[in-house]
Amino acid sequence: MIKFGLAALLSLTFVIGRATEAQTASPRPRATIDADSALEARTTAVASTLRCPVCQGESIQDSPSELAQQMRAVVRDKLRAGETPEQIKAYFAARYGEWILLEPKMTGLNVVLYVLPVVLILGGLVIVIYLVRKWTRPV
Amino acid sequence: MNWKRSLIALLAAVPVLALFAFGFTRNPAEIPSPLPGRQAPEFTLAVMSPGEGAMARTPGDTLRLADLAGKVVVVNFWASWCLPCRTEHAALSETARHYSGTPTQFVGVLYNDEPAAGLRWIAEMGGMAYPGVTDVESRTAIDYGLYGVPETFIIDPSGRVAHKHLGPITAEVLRRVIDSVLVTMAPGDTTAKSKAG
Repeated sequence: MIKFGLAALLSLTFVIGRATEAQTASPRPRATIDADSALEARTTAVASTLRCPVCQGESIQDSPSELAQQMRAVVRDKLRAGETPEQIKAYFAARYGEWILLEPKMTGLNVVLYVLPVVLILGGLVIVIYLVRKWTRPV
Repeated sequence: MNWKRSLIALLAAVPVLALFAFGFTRNPAEIPSPLPGRQAPEFTLAVMSPGEGAMARTPGDTLRLADLAGKVVVVNFWASWCLPCRTEHAALSETARHYSGTPTQFVGVLYNDEPAAGLRWIAEMGGMAYPGVTDVESRTAIDYGLYGVPETFIIDPSGRVAHKHLGPITAEVLRRVIDSVLVTMAPGDTTAKSKAG
């Protein structure tokens, strides 16, 4: 009996909870919610490419710091205003330098960053193949 | 054969050691700012505390960078929770008083802080000789590429960033930069746009 009473009480609080939730939730049309989640997804995509200035190797998307969250809000507002991801990245790079971009642009000396690892891996592979062949050569 | 191996090991070690030697001499927190030499980002900020004398502004009014064209503008970002800001405060206030009467305007921008806490801090520090303004959501701070506080920007009369200072600023640095900008202006000429621009 006590069990039943408890269950009834629990379900009652649940119903009341749901009712108040429904009241407080804004009656927004489906289209607005979809647009919001699309904007949020685009914000996340851009924010993931920008470095948090007060963290170590974290994007402003991942960092919970106040500045990172405010920068994320700037990204969202600029996207809402119709700016492209490239324009937004350029805005931050003009303020914080190219350092702010987690992926450096493939121009000038930066090309080395992209090419060098590939060259080193291929070079290492050539050396390994050469040595293995030399060691396994039948005498 | 042994000396050959040693030579190869040495040749492999040298670039790695050189890279470390270079890396350890650099401060990762020090990132060169692209702002000096460029046009300072525009701002319109609400006045929170008035300041003194010719630099004073009425609390509640807005302070716009555009309205300060023709002046040397010192923009200092600070917060009540920032310890180094206490260190530099006297130098900023004293230097602001020193340049009162010249075409110079100091502005203190409160960064990520409650205005009430900022006002308490000013009272505790014995006043601030120049107006304090609030920066909602750090929009102006981000416009200036701010990393943390304190940071100080000195803007020339044409609106270009003449100097950016990370960390607590001293009276010597302030005077040196302000004087170097002021000498580019003709005496009595407070617009100086053509000269500094």
